[in-house]
Amino acid sequence: MIVVQLFLEFALLSFVAFGGATALLPEMHRVVVENHHWLNDATFTHLYAIAQAAPGPNVLVVTLIGWEVAGLAGALAATLAMCLPMSVLIYLLIDRWESFAGKRWQKAISLGVSPLAIGLIFSGATLIAQAAQFGWAAWAVVAATVVANLLTKLHPLWFIAAGALLGLSGLI
Amino acid sequence: MSTATNASPNSRPDLRALFLGFSSVGLSGFGGVLPFARRMLVEERRWMTAEEFNAQLGLCQFLPGPNVVNLAVVVGKRYQGWAGAIVAPVGLLAGPLAIVLLLAMIYDAFGNLPVAQGILRGIAAVGCGLLFAMAWRMGAAIRDKRYFLPFTVMVVAAIAWLRWPMPVVMLAGLAASGAVAYWRLGKK
Repeated sequence: MIVVQLFLEFALLSFVAFGGATALLPEMHRVVVENHHWLNDATFTHLYAIAQAAPGPNVLVVTLIGWEVAGLAGALAATLAMCLPMSVLIYLLIDRWESFAGKRWQKAISLGVSPLAIGLIFSGATLIAQAAQFGWAAWAVVAATVVANLLTKLHPLWFIAAGALLGLSGLI
Repeated sequence: MSTATNASPNSRPDLRALFLGFSSVGLSGFGGVLPFARRMLVEERRWMTAEEFNAQLGLCQFLPGPNVVNLAVVVGKRYQGWAGAIVAPVGLLAGPLAIVLLLAMIYDAFGNLPVAQGILRGIAAVGCGLLFAMAWRMGAAIRDKRYFLPFTVMVVAAIAWLRWPMPVVMLAGLAASGAVAYWRLGKK
């Protein structure tokens, strides 16, 4: 049963999703493309692009992957797998949060997680570049986006629109 | 503006209000909706104060998983118990989920066209750039860089280059970098 397998694989990943669904891109790629061959590189990249262009939380890239793997059941299973385990945990823990918030071990974990999350997000970006087999033109767009995003306060939607136009023109 | 802190009708949202409030959050953001959640909860509907928001967000960011979904569970539970904890995240995700599935169907129908492939390739390139920029910005915000950025480099080597499985890398990495953080916290 692909849907059950998808649910279990993604539920496992949800426990290490520090940095959100974006941080999971490399591992989702491994599960879905490399291990199970449910999708190919091109489709995986396309789904990432669609999720970027759509409104809503970043986690929805998981929904798209589930849809392409196993239709509506897959979409719901993947989304639920990503959200449910931590939702249950947080439901149980929130009333006790006050009692361990600010403790030294709690702060140590929060501090310790962020360099790892940065590494995951960086890896996610390199993975997209690899899977999409970017040529020099695409890399130029990547570089321009990084610089423009760091130096200006332009809304990300402008970048998405520019990328779509450049892609439409066949330059990339 | 408002002087009523607990008498306001807005202070205790029912299930319908939770659903609609979080729906508006889910549909308003591109590339992360957390800032919109804060605006809705603290400024527009005043379901919580800024301090309360920060305190509740703490656990949501401490645990892995989509932070904003975690936040919806917390806010839903706070006002309507277990029913709220289900309704709020469902409200958050239902609208965007429907849109994304619609886009998926369009993709299934037209994704093979060169035009569509070109557009998606362009967006992927920009999205890739946005991710690098996000990593850069988060890296710049880290204190004690010489102690912590090596862990970033190790994660990139393990995940992007060596392709080691992420659960193992994260557990080992968290143990090591958490230990360093524990030690650094004791020095202050």
